[in-house]
Amino acid sequence: MIASTTSPSTISPATNERADNYLTHKTGILSWLVTLDHKRIGVLYLISILFAFFLGGVFAILLRTELIGPGQTIMDNDTYNKIFTLHGAIMIFLFIIPGIPAALGNFILPIMLGAKDVAFPRLNLTSYYLYVIGAIFALLSILLGAADTGWTFYTPYSTSTSTSVVTIVLGAFILGFSSILTGLNFIVTIHTLRPPGMTWFRMPLFLWSLYGTAIIQVLATPVLGITLLLLIIERTLGVGFFDPGLGGDPVLYQHFFWFYSHPAVYIMILPAMGIMSELVSTFSHKHIFGYKFIAYSSLAIAILGFLVWGHHMFTSGQSSLMNMIFSLLTFSVSIPSAIKVFNWLATMYKGSITLETPMLYALSFIFLFGIGGLTGLFLGALATDVHLHDTYFVVAHFHYVMFGGTLIAFLGGLHYWWPKMIGKMYNETMGKIACLLIFVGFNATFFTQFLLGMQGMPRRYANYHEMYTPLHQISTIGSYVMAVGFVVCAAYLIHSLFRGRKAPANPWGSATLEWRCASPPPHDNFSAPPTVGDPYDMSDVRFDPQIGGYVFKTQPTP
Amino acid sequence: MSERNQAQGNPDASHSPHLSHHFATPLQQYETGKLGMWLFLVTEIVLFGGLFCAYAVYRANHPEIFVYAHKYLDVSLGALNTAVLIFSSLTMALAVRSAQLNQQKALIRFLAVTILCGFVFLAVKAVEYEHKWKHGLLWGVHYNPEKHNTESHDIGHEAKSLPDHANESSPMLPTENLHNPIPTTNEKSAIAPAADAPRGLASRFDPDLYEHIRDVPKNVQIFFGIYFVMTGLHALHVIIGMGLIGWILRRSIQGHFSAAYFTPVDLTGLYWHLVDLIWIYLFPLLYLIH
Amino acid sequence: MNDANGFMNYLNNTVLAQERGSFWLPPQASTTAADVDWVFQFIFGVSAFFFILIVTLMIIFIIRFKRREGVEPGAAPHHSMALELTWSIIPTIIVVLIFAFGFTTYMNMRIAPDNAYEINVTGQKWKWLFTYPNGHVDENLHVPVDIPVRLILTSVDVIHSLFVPAFRIKMDAVPGRYTDTWFQAKDPGEYLLFCAEYCGTSHSDMTSMVVVHKVGEFEKWMQDAANFLNTMPPAEAGTRLYKIRGCAQCHSIDGTGGHGPTFKNLFGRDVALKNGSTVAADENYIRTSILDPMADIVAGFEPVMPTYQGKLKAEEVTAIIEYIKTLREE
Repeated sequence: MIASTTSPSTISPATNERADNYLTHKTGILSWLVTLDHKRIGVLYLISILFAFFLGGVFAILLRTELIGPGQTIMDNDTYNKIFTLHGAIMIFLFIIPGIPAALGNFILPIMLGAKDVAFPRLNLTSYYLYVIGAIFALLSILLGAADTGWTFYTPYSTSTSTSVVTIVLGAFILGFSSILTGLNFIVTIHTLRPPGMTWFRMPLFLWSLYGTAIIQVLATPVLGITLLLLIIERTLGVGFFDPGLGGDPVLYQHFFWFYSHPAVYIMILPAMGIMSELVSTFSHKHIFGYKFIAYSSLAIAILGFLVWGHHMFTSGQSSLMNMIFSLLTFSVSIPSAIKVFNWLATMYKGSITLETPMLYALSFIFLFGIGGLTGLFLGALATDVHLHDTYFVVAHFHYVMFGGTLIAFLGGLHYWWPKMIGKMYNETMGKIACLLIFVGFNATFFTQFLLGMQGMPRRYANYHEMYTPLHQISTIGSYVMAVGFVVCAAYLIHSLFRGRKAPANPWGSATLEWRCASPPPHDNFSAPPTVGDPYDMSDVRFDPQIGGYVFKTQPTP
Repeated sequence: MSERNQAQGNPDASHSPHLSHHFATPLQQYETGKLGMWLFLVTEIVLFGGLFCAYAVYRANHPEIFVYAHKYLDVSLGALNTAVLIFSSLTMALAVRSAQLNQQKALIRFLAVTILCGFVFLAVKAVEYEHKWKHGLLWGVHYNPEKHNTESHDIGHEAKSLPDHANESSPMLPTENLHNPIPTTNEKSAIAPAADAPRGLASRFDPDLYEHIRDVPKNVQIFFGIYFVMTGLHALHVIIGMGLIGWILRRSIQGHFSAAYFTPVDLTGLYWHLVDLIWIYLFPLLYLIH
Repeated sequence: MNDANGFMNYLNNTVLAQERGSFWLPPQASTTAADVDWVFQFIFGVSAFFFILIVTLMIIFIIRFKRREGVEPGAAPHHSMALELTWSIIPTIIVVLIFAFGFTTYMNMRIAPDNAYEINVTGQKWKWLFTYPNGHVDENLHVPVDIPVRLILTSVDVIHSLFVPAFRIKMDAVPGRYTDTWFQAKDPGEYLLFCAEYCGTSHSDMTSMVVVHKVGEFEKWMQDAANFLNTMPPAEAGTRLYKIRGCAQCHSIDGTGGHGPTFKNLFGRDVALKNGSTVAADENYIRTSILDPMADIVAGFEPVMPTYQGKLKAEEVTAIIEYIKTLREE
């Protein structure tokens, strides 16, 4: 295949309208691999992270199958330990951290902003290839026997185990740089590439959340970088910073690690909240409620997120004073999250709600993130955390936040922007069925784990006491239901690529800028800087049954 | 590197050959590049910040290690390197100014001097490293100062004469016990009766008690671990900076820069100043401890 | 219960006091458990209230404000400072309350009474060793009822975490330092004790029992347990010593490598030494190796073993020799 610009003369009038979109702008594999177009890089990221999600999901199903009964079911302890490490590391570093910002964000951010591209397109491509290289290292570790440390790589276990820790840590280290570059690019883009009229408070809330996310990526990820670097030289050169035998402090590693990894939780959830604001407003067909509070709460979460890392170490023997401070600060993060949830509800009030698939995911998010957030209160309170720490309660809690929150919002966003990205509509009925399967399966899988944790079932156990068996079985069955849901979802999305109805420019009736350009968008996004108004003013939008989508009354789609 | 973007030409988008298609004006492009670079420098500071935190934690917990071990660093060599880097910052700043003033020859000259300073810095560093290496003053498991004896505290100043006469002295630190695979369970099982055991556990590990036994603090290798990681990572940044300046130098010789377009020179300059700045913190923290 | 080996039978005992808990939480077997559960119930009540509020509102809004043909959405404000402040301030007050309850209860759990009975705990891959003030070492935690017990924890390898769900306590055992926790058991019985910090292959099997003895029975158990050399056959006593005196750290019993030679098929074999000579592994060789390890260094191994001179009694050495004899394959 040879990269070449499509010449206008070869296009028949019937397809003329789609001729100049980013998918057909240039053709050939090479034109994708060296592209500087943020939309194509976004699609490359999307394919990569979906592959990572598939891999992490397979590992998850293997884990749940092993846990269907006590004792050994399908794998021995060492294999189990490696697989939960891979599940965690792949889901966190390869899927959920880059998931919304790098894939959806890359595609949507410049268009939503009214810019032609991100500030540094080459850096953007570099960031993608760093992701690929990091992923190759992480996957290479599987061939080398896989690490068995857990995704947290706690010392001194990680410095003493004989498994291939260095490879996967090196992978995570490189992925960190990919994340830093994406964040840096987004901050600069939002600062300098806003078109005339796009003031800070006319930015859609998804951009505010990506901005908050990018701040965390830039300020926290370097600490992960240095931590993992120290871990690597500890293993290869024997530096001994974290080795008690050499005068080092193993708990210092935990401080370093969580100084990044707790803010990283907000790298995962903040953009999800941003998507939520878009979805709830769009499908309530009503102006978002409390714009400024939602915007500022994104920044508040980004900042407060840096101050709470110590709550992962309440039982590590750190002083009671530190525990007290970290517990108090931890509760402070819950307030901006609560504000957002109440604002979404208020947005629905007196709206004109339609229940398309993205909205179903948004409603699932409120339900699941509600549980995930509220169970965080049990873990932030010192007395109850001592009992619940490192049990299945924690496993359930972070799956409700990361999966029930971030992943569900990612799916909502994917379905929301799918017509824009691909130019095709998916099957709405199948979309609703898949969403329901995932919702039911998810609750069966993880709600039982709250009960297991309260009863004292510790996490990362390949084997367990008989009294926990019934709950584990329900959990495993739930995971199978969820897997079916994801297979259905993959099937109709792939089907839509080939057979999907052509998507209108604005299928949902949103007023943000990306819906003002065609689906899929042209190579340059906007030929002239777009007119920017209130992103949530939907009085301007009206349904046109002829094209099966919405049109802007005052300003026709270019 | 963010500044590479600036070179991305798109002739038909605008009159300036350096303006990328997604920018409206060269000024917007310049400011974008500058903001990107500043953010990148922030990430660098946070990266080193992690190491400074590790330093602070260990120094707060074990000040005696730092007071003892820093004597093995040569203050005069450290001071020399500080002076070299500060001077190179000056020449870098002058190089940027020359670019802004369209003084091509001066630009080339100042960049060359800056790179030269980088080489001098690395050479001095190499001398210091070599000295530590020879005496086993290394990190973690490689810390093995066998060639010293307890009298030669002022080792930094008699470095060259030392290997000749010091072989017969015995190891002065109990490092051979540190990686002893024998579990401490033996001690635990032979624990004294409750009357003087548990609460009193601390007394067996009392550092004051320890001081009476040996005049050399325990775990000196921690200091050298920090020393090598911090200066090593810094040296790596010096090398990267020299590479960037080399690239800028090549482009200046080809006449790429002018008063109208000097962004890469400016951004590389920012990076080089940061590298200097980090050293200015490293020098007193490692060499000048009281 | 005078047979120390019998304690292992607790692990197979299916009727545990552990299982007497409620649907939500394990039994409240320590004095602080009820306080912890109270905080738990309080947070649970708050969470349930807000969760039901949010979901109910959501469902009402979906039904009430579902799009109807020809009906334009009603006018509603885009923001309301009063509302925003309400749902910022009320949650703030509630979480401060939760913090305060959590913290005060936690402080009671942290500060052990001065008269607490102290037991040293050592975590290692993959078992717990509990060392009593008289020097007895046990693999299960035996405690008297109604007396505060303070545990001082450390680890010899990686980080472990001692977790007794029924007591609501958890504390990491960190190598190179001591941590502590305490509890006062309320009811005699047996409770599960887990390792809660991931520590490798057999992490999930690093479980023990907490045996809470009735009033007066703990002292009797202690006496018998410490006296196991007299109450057990020598080879069985040797098994215990092998596990609790640190032999198992370096000498395997299944032929695999370690810091020291394996004990499997050791007895009676000819052993090649580092200095080139060969000795027969008889009773005297083993005794010498234990009490003066530097005397005969086995070829292929480093001289790293500490002496047990003065740490093991003659009967204990005999018991270990008898145990090694049983590891011969016929």
